[in-house]
Amino acid sequence: MSDRPAPTTAQIDRVFRDEYGRAVAVLTRYFGDIDIAEEAIQDAFAEAVRRWPEAGPPPSPAGWIITTARNRAIDRLRREASRDERHAQAALLHARDVPAEEGPVRDDRLRLIFTCCHPALATPTQVALTLRLLGGLTTLEIARAFFVSESTMAQRIVRAKGKIRAARIPYRIPRETDLPDRLKSVLAVIYLIFNEGYQASSGERLIREDLCAEAIRLGRLLAELMPDEPEVKGLLALMLLTESRRDARTGPAGDLVLLPDQDRSQWDRELIAEGQAIVRECLRRDQPGPYQIQAAINAVHSDAPTAAATDWRQILALYDQLMAIAPSPVVALNRAVAMAEINGPEVALAVVDGLDLDGYHVFHAVRADLLNRLGRNADAVLAYDRAMARTENAAERAFLHARRDALN
Amino acid sequence: MTQYLLSIYQPDGPAPEPEMLDPIMRDVDAVKQEMKDAGVWVFSGGLHEPSTATVVRAKGDDVLITDGPYVESKEHLGGFTIIEAPDLDVALEWGGKLAQAVRLLPIEVRPFHDEP
Repeated sequence: MSDRPAPTTAQIDRVFRDEYGRAVAVLTRYFGDIDIAEEAIQDAFAEAVRRWPEAGPPPSPAGWIITTARNRAIDRLRREASRDERHAQAALLHARDVPAEEGPVRDDRLRLIFTCCHPALATPTQVALTLRLLGGLTTLEIARAFFVSESTMAQRIVRAKGKIRAARIPYRIPRETDLPDRLKSVLAVIYLIFNEGYQASSGERLIREDLCAEAIRLGRLLAELMPDEPEVKGLLALMLLTESRRDARTGPAGDLVLLPDQDRSQWDRELIAEGQAIVRECLRRDQPGPYQIQAAINAVHSDAPTAAATDWRQILALYDQLMAIAPSPVVALNRAVAMAEINGPEVALAVVDGLDLDGYHVFHAVRADLLNRLGRNADAVLAYDRAMARTENAAERAFLHARRDALN
Repeated sequence: MTQYLLSIYQPDGPAPEPEMLDPIMRDVDAVKQEMKDAGVWVFSGGLHEPSTATVVRAKGDDVLITDGPYVESKEHLGGFTIIEAPDLDVALEWGGKLAQAVRLLPIEVRPFHDEP
């Protein structure tokens, strides 16, 4: 009998979420096949659900899951191999020949991230695979998060795994020469997951916390696995600082509250402290990149006790730096918002009007705000209408509606 | 090792002038030689125009012969190379070299089934 308390199903679920990615990664390296790895882990968890409540959890639940899954898979593959199933024979050969560790020992999850975010896979597929294999989310959860049917999402994941297997998308950390580009696509996937959670592109709920939490978890994992990559740190800091304002970003009715109107006492000081510490570390390192600069901009906002106390000059300087290394119309739009605070709405509007962002609702919302400040209310109403027509998010629409009505 | 098909798709219409085509062909040949030297080359060839194609299909005991390419489209398969590579990253690297040689045309990289 164990003296540890018997784990509940909820606790086993938690182990599942926490350890699924590691287990998939280790077993994929071992068997050279994601499906075999996943199936074996499902088996191991099914056994955990049967055994742990009575026998108590093992001292190392993750280790137990991996060992059990490996043994289960080998038993199954041997049975299949004896029936001449080539796929099982290949997996057993792979398991026999798997190298102990080549080069510096790095977490298997790092290889898995690079496989999931391989540029030969489409972005929505990269996102789905990353959430499924590293995040341990179920296909249904991912489907719900992205507003597609479970069968559509299941098909997307099955196809992706089929392509990984058939085309032999490698399971390894990219070579030094490919690393910057490949890391960029990994960071983009994590940030996309975060943004999808933070600013849902459609649906009633403004924020889907689970996706944000998952993105931050992946960001932390990547920062732990690649401690020497400043942009990895930059992305983590950016997400933490953005997340720190989550509670203040929605009002009592789930309505959107913009940065200047937020109750700053609701900001999460712990997340801010963590994010700012990372930003300072990045500044010391002095290898700036787009994520680090965006994090620094957010750190400046986090420093201001009131909206009026915001150091807009520093923010504008950071946007100038961002425009220099990663210019885009969206960055130019955000830079114009900072300009409005320093040079006035007229100068900012001239810049905004020169941007080719007609399909982007925020562009019209920024224009509306600048027009409003210039007393051009009729034009502002039109701009709010255009903004509303370009977002599917109910909370954002309601916000824009209220703004427009306030003008009349 | 897996074999990969590197297909070159080109728009229908007349071939480019020799002054444009010749340096491209030289570069394509150079990549082919590089593939051979690296031991990855299996086969390569350029195809005549789709208008030279003939389609045969079984109809009961007979074989039906018709003129023309099987699929009509704005682009057609202009030529292909088969290479052998340990994984997709290596195959894509060769695909990239070929793409640089043919300049504007895309290269589709597609794996063959493993030999039984």
